[in-house]
Amino acid sequence: MGIGRHIPAGILLTSVEKAVNWARSSSLWPLGFGLACCAIEMMSTFASRFDLARFGMEVMRASPRQADLMIVAGRLSVKMSPVIRQLYEQMPNPKYVIAMGACASTGGVFNNYAIVQGVDRVLPVDIYVPGCPPRPEQLIDGILKLQAKIRREKLRQN
Amino acid sequence: MGKLKDRLQKERPDDFVTLMAQRGELVATVSKDRLTDLSRYLKETPGLEFNFLSMVTASDYLGKREKRFEVVYSLFSITHHHRIMLKVAVDEDEEVPSLTGLWQSADWQEREIYDMFGIRFASHPNLARILLDDDWVGHPLRKDFPITYEPPEFSHNRDRIRPDYTSPRGGRA
Amino acid sequence: MRHKTMTLNFGPQHPATHGVLRVEVELDGETVMRARPIVGYLHTGIEKTMETKKYTQGITLTDRMDYLAPMSNNLVYVMAVEKLLGLEVPLRAQYVRVILTELTRVNSHLVWLGTHATDIGAMTMLLYCFREREKILQIYEFVSGVRMMSSYFRIGGLAKDVPQGFDTHVKEILDTFPTKIDEYEGLLTANPIWKNRTVGVGRISPEAAVNAGLSGPLLRASGVDWDIRKSNPYSSYGDFEFDVPLGSHGDTYDRYKCRVEEMRQSLEIIRQALEGLPEGPHIVEGYKLAPPPKGQVLRNMEELIHHFKFWTDGFSVPEGDTYHSIESPKGEIGCYIVSDGSPQPYRVHFRPPSFVNVSALDMLARGGMVSDLIAIIGSVDIVLGEVDR
Repeated sequence: MGIGRHIPAGILLTSVEKAVNWARSSSLWPLGFGLACCAIEMMSTFASRFDLARFGMEVMRASPRQADLMIVAGRLSVKMSPVIRQLYEQMPNPKYVIAMGACASTGGVFNNYAIVQGVDRVLPVDIYVPGCPPRPEQLIDGILKLQAKIRREKLRQN
Repeated sequence: MGKLKDRLQKERPDDFVTLMAQRGELVATVSKDRLTDLSRYLKETPGLEFNFLSMVTASDYLGKREKRFEVVYSLFSITHHHRIMLKVAVDEDEEVPSLTGLWQSADWQEREIYDMFGIRFASHPNLARILLDDDWVGHPLRKDFPITYEPPEFSHNRDRIRPDYTSPRGGRA
Repeated sequence: MRHKTMTLNFGPQHPATHGVLRVEVELDGETVMRARPIVGYLHTGIEKTMETKKYTQGITLTDRMDYLAPMSNNLVYVMAVEKLLGLEVPLRAQYVRVILTELTRVNSHLVWLGTHATDIGAMTMLLYCFREREKILQIYEFVSGVRMMSSYFRIGGLAKDVPQGFDTHVKEILDTFPTKIDEYEGLLTANPIWKNRTVGVGRISPEAAVNAGLSGPLLRASGVDWDIRKSNPYSSYGDFEFDVPLGSHGDTYDRYKCRVEEMRQSLEIIRQALEGLPEGPHIVEGYKLAPPPKGQVLRNMEELIHHFKFWTDGFSVPEGDTYHSIESPKGEIGCYIVSDGSPQPYRVHFRPPSFVNVSALDMLARGGMVSDLIAIIGSVDIVLGEVDR
């Protein structure tokens, strides 16, 4: 309050933590990783009606080395799980994972020998978005919750 | 279709174990030694010309029939628009002749049958697993392979499913 | 000097493979010597899971196979079961099925066009096609409540009758779509860059295509005149007049033209079906195969018992087996069902068009360049959910 009167306009006072978290959350670059039906709803979310670029995700990177958000959209089969683990390892820190859809969260409709019952058996997941497939509005809600979660992060090393 | 059935019965009486019209389509049971010969006849004879192999699949009749598996072929003629279904009964360690030489579409479909049931096809160009991992053990669509259903875990049955679970915050639930 | 080829792994994660398709490409410089597709990264065990579910529950599983054209999968499964039961579906239900299946065809071709054009470089097409697709998804939601996996068809007819206002919404689509398709054609058909990238690429002769088991627009672009809607009409397709577009060269450009023209013909079929839509029941009579309406269930004892029996025990299907196939947007999709007299199917097998189409990738891509491979994969129009089941 007191010091605010002496600072000219156009200067923000904040902590490094908040600035870094704001930057990280506002320009997440998703990795284009659609597996099955949820990928089509993810594509709809990036397309004209439910534009996701307004939340900062303008660019969808094809290479995991340049992405920091992996949206696992679709069912993960047992044959594909080493591939997804390798992709996750290739992403640089800080990285986040959204499990989109019922199949990615818990195995969904398919409780059998071929589908991994939830991506969290293979990767650590930050946000689970339920639905089969989730509506684009639900996915946007999940992404906004992820952004809120990132803004709460601490910069300190434990 | 009646004409087709009469013609087949007249020209090739020994090849068919049974030949009948069922629900508007022609279904024939064939023994596996006659399969290649009959298929070539069906493909190349003018007036029949079954030039399109739609589907190759198999079923497992464990305990219900003498021979455990049945391989089913569906042939279609693009020129004459008629269809025929061929069924071949196979036992567990028998080999079925591959029809890849006559119709290329049999290639991957026979690989899928090998993958899912374990039925081998003689003289197939590349009989390897296609839908599952190369080192997978077992053949899932057989009736003695379990569906591997996992009961969903709730807090009220967690003790039975995972007795050694502790939550990240240190409790039991 | 020794000459060696390079093996490139066009991996399961790639923006242009439309799902988890892996292609092992052997290259000599930029020329493709061999392209071997490896599938199975989305194997879901749908066929085995359906053996544990009742017939009506299985309809929801079929949605998830070819997820771009979910109503086609529903239709083939439901029609195969109806064939086993020997059912005659009421005419109103048949016409509504035709309208929704043709809308599904337009839907699938729109996604194909958007992704295929984006792979080749015309990225605006993705946004345009998904914009039109939203209108069709709104119809799905209007009719069944779900945007994509509607499971609207039931054994014997439809789940519920179409709500009021259905014909207004569909007429709106019929009025606005043809100009949109003209827009897309104006962008691509005479475009010299598009023609350079697609004419002469991925040629296949009619004899090789028939032998390889290809079906759908892939086969028709080579000049083979076969469309199941015309050769073995099902679900009252014989009542409608439409043309089947054919190509002549069998290359990627012809496949593009076939599919765009198919979209126009689908709109024509929808127009005829909508004009001739008869009144009548939406599902087969009698409460053995169709649950009674909920209003009756809450009032009468007999309907309550039928409702309970239907949803807990299901209905049994007479013993036997059958194979039924229809024309899905990708080609011939078939369903082979074996029943043993119980409420669960004994064996269900789907003959996926994309599975057989993608096995011919080697034939199509050999001798071309790597960038042609991308165009060819796009024009074959595969959906991995269907390939791997």
